[in-house]
Amino acid sequence: MSKKKSMTISAILFLALIVIIVVLERMLPPTHIALAVLKKGCIYSLVAVSMNLLNGFTGLFSLGQAGFMLIGAYAYAVLTIPVADRASVYMYFDGGIIQFSVPVFVGLLASGLLAALCAWLIGLPVLRLKSDYLAIATLGFAEIIRAFFQWDKLGVVTNGSNMLRKYPTFSTTLFPFLVSAACIGVMVLMINSSYGRAFKAIRDDEIAAEAMGINLAKHKRMAFCVSSFFAGVGGGLLAMYQTSIQAMTFKSSMTYEILLIVVIGGLGSVTGSCLASFLFIASSEWWLRFLDTEMTIGGFKVPLLRSGFRKVVFSVIIMVIVLFARRGIMGDREFSVDGICRFFKNLGKKKEVKQ
Amino acid sequence: MSTNVLRVSDITMQFGGVVAVDNLSLEVNEGEIVALIGPNGAGKTTAFNCITGVYEPSNGAVSFYGKELVESYPHGKMKKLYKGENVGKYTKRLVPTPDKITKEGIARTFQNIRLFSTMTVFENVLIAKHMRAKQNLLTATFRLNHAEEARMRAETLELLKMQHLDHLRDEIAGSLPYGIQRRLEIARALATNPKLLLLDEPAAGMNPQETQELADFIRQIRDEYKLTIFIIEHHMDLVMRISDRVYVLDFGKLLAHGTPEEVQNNPHVIEAYLGVSQDA
Amino acid sequence: MDFISKNLPYLLAGISVGGQYALIAIGYTMVYGILRLINFAHGDIFMVAALVTVYATTSMPLYLSIPLTLVVTVALGLLVERAAYKPLRNAPRMSVMISAIGVSYLLQNLALYVTGGLAQTYPAIPFISGTVQIGPATTKMVTLVTPVLTIVLVFALMQLINHTKIGMAMRAAANDFETSRLMGIKVDNVISMTFLIGSFLAAVGSLLYFTNYASVVPTSGAMPGLKAFVAAVFGGIGSIPGAVIGAFIIGICENIIKGLGWTTFSDAFTFALLIVILIVKPTGLFGEGATDKV
Repeated sequence: MSKKKSMTISAILFLALIVIIVVLERMLPPTHIALAVLKKGCIYSLVAVSMNLLNGFTGLFSLGQAGFMLIGAYAYAVLTIPVADRASVYMYFDGGIIQFSVPVFVGLLASGLLAALCAWLIGLPVLRLKSDYLAIATLGFAEIIRAFFQWDKLGVVTNGSNMLRKYPTFSTTLFPFLVSAACIGVMVLMINSSYGRAFKAIRDDEIAAEAMGINLAKHKRMAFCVSSFFAGVGGGLLAMYQTSIQAMTFKSSMTYEILLIVVIGGLGSVTGSCLASFLFIASSEWWLRFLDTEMTIGGFKVPLLRSGFRKVVFSVIIMVIVLFARRGIMGDREFSVDGICRFFKNLGKKKEVKQ
Repeated sequence: MSTNVLRVSDITMQFGGVVAVDNLSLEVNEGEIVALIGPNGAGKTTAFNCITGVYEPSNGAVSFYGKELVESYPHGKMKKLYKGENVGKYTKRLVPTPDKITKEGIARTFQNIRLFSTMTVFENVLIAKHMRAKQNLLTATFRLNHAEEARMRAETLELLKMQHLDHLRDEIAGSLPYGIQRRLEIARALATNPKLLLLDEPAAGMNPQETQELADFIRQIRDEYKLTIFIIEHHMDLVMRISDRVYVLDFGKLLAHGTPEEVQNNPHVIEAYLGVSQDA
Repeated sequence: MDFISKNLPYLLAGISVGGQYALIAIGYTMVYGILRLINFAHGDIFMVAALVTVYATTSMPLYLSIPLTLVVTVALGLLVERAAYKPLRNAPRMSVMISAIGVSYLLQNLALYVTGGLAQTYPAIPFISGTVQIGPATTKMVTLVTPVLTIVLVFALMQLINHTKIGMAMRAAANDFETSRLMGIKVDNVISMTFLIGSFLAAVGSLLYFTNYASVVPTSGAMPGLKAFVAAVFGGIGSIPGAVIGAFIIGICENIIKGLGWTTFSDAFTFALLIVILIVKPTGLFGEGATDKV
């Protein structure tokens, strides 16, 4: 199939998604769980793809994602709270020292830039480390970042360990969808560019990549900063979604969750990460919810069902995937129009052979 | 007298208390095929790694077309441990990363083939073009570099055609047969536009027929690309057939040096290889 | 003198917590030494041990519930190894680490389900819960018991590793996994033994640790687990004395920082220490380096 044709079909699919979202928003009550899942799914897709860029495409095993999301969320919240509301949000810090606010998009951009800047600084010492040492060092940095944001001496900016709220949020699902889609689009373009190839070369064999003239330090730093930039934007979006944020919620368990999404989707597959994000959020917050409520069928009380059982079942499913479907849903392949056509063609061929 | 391409001066590489390469000096001139031979563990690959920036030598220097590339002297812990010669002769530390060496025009292959195994043949070669392309992360991401990208792709395709690998361009490198992987690794090294090519045991695992073909191939690329070639090899017939000069390394030390015939008849070399003393 | 009397409680707490970290850290360092795996689930096994004690003491006397805790924890450690790590023996290291994270997630969710999300009050264990007066400071007996017990256990472990057949097999497997397999060492048994020792010490550690903390929640194991791992890296991963010394240093520093009024940064300090050691001496205080072959 020609490239033009497949691009047209992709564009049509994208428009169809927008239409579906608009229709769903019209039909469902605004508090319906499906809409919440869609919103959160979009945000997690963005963060998962940004983590995949690092872990799946560059082969850098980093566990700092929650830290960069925290930076993004705080940067967005701190910069966009309307001046009039600052006194009530920063009630323990005399209204804080920042007495201006910026528009939403400037705030999101700042989230990404600040996260990328921190990544650059952290990367200087940390990116020289190998595999699991890198993982544990980035995890450590995420914890250090969290401590700084909770520090009451910085409270005039971060509000210490108190909540940040009253910043602008979004009501329509289209907002996180479009922002995430744009960001993921940029990452896909990058992955398919000359730099993306260099990242993959580093993943496959660092020593050979260096022998091909690829400056390891520079390219690793690049991947780390770009990944953190988009994690920061994702953090900003998450802040908008949650309507209030607190540093203590950005724990390492959040990073683990995103890592599991990336692994379930397939390391090195963008569409896999997106698909897995929606599946993950939908099953953990919606589809498995019935497991949390006690149920009686015809006088027989179904055993085990009570609060918390959903998460147990869910983590068992994850373990099964991790152990038995190690390459995840997509492996390192991508979901594409071409791929589907090829799949059906091959299916046809196989049938012919059988006949 | 042809131009000097590579000059290795007094290179010593010591790991802890173990001296892997001991005071090695050698020269490679333009258009030559020079071989570095020696028994297993003689320090041949270590010498390569010192030239290409993978290791920082404990002492000594490397220059390329008269330009100083690498220089180091015992420092830190090595100051006390150092057992080699020429202490104090080198006083500068110039230790570029391997990518800088490649940019200068020295390409290499590896003993245990190191391809980008999940990438296609085409991409494997295309990677080599990345370092010299006029682009940055933004222009590449937003496709503002399409002229550069087109040029890179065209050059890659041309190289693949010349190496008769173009029919395999979309194959995944890791799934290719061994012999083709070797050829691809050489093609990939050629794609960096080197002036000097370092081949680390290119004939490893090949049968006599394939070795014969490889010999022709090495001569052919030298002429086609106007290369100088420095090769580590075990297959004596290959070495004897193609090299202009041979250096013999044993226990990290230079044992002998000369034309293939001279080296072949050198009693020290025979001793090192066969382990029998002439006097006994 | 004034400084000491003011800081004595923190110093004592530091030594005590250090000993508890040491007991957990040994599990990390031994597993890493052999499998090159950061066993992210180890901290959660430590938490489960505490929960088992909580539930066991409600239905049986202490002299039964403590042995039961030890047995259940060891069984859990072995089960996790068999179910989640053994099938991935030949998989890339990243897969195993992800599996460890998955187990950690599962154990935490399981704990959440069983406890119903309520903090469980840790039972008072006679003798070690009692208070004792040391100079100007009043502290629990556990503060004194921990370092002594830690040193005794580590000594016993070193004897086991240096002077028994299985100990020799463990050292061999840590040195070169593949070769020891070829030499006829049943590496699966060695790995099981490692998990057995690690879980046993984590269970002992939980008895001591939670006597000081009074309540257990599903995430109680995460932070001490991470810190014990940092201790293991600090001391040079794979080295048992290194892990113990690292754990004491971290425990003491952390509590002195709390004493100085920087409680927010007591966790962050541990990680800062980790990053500094990784950059300055990546092999830790007592670790041995290995280089990639090109």
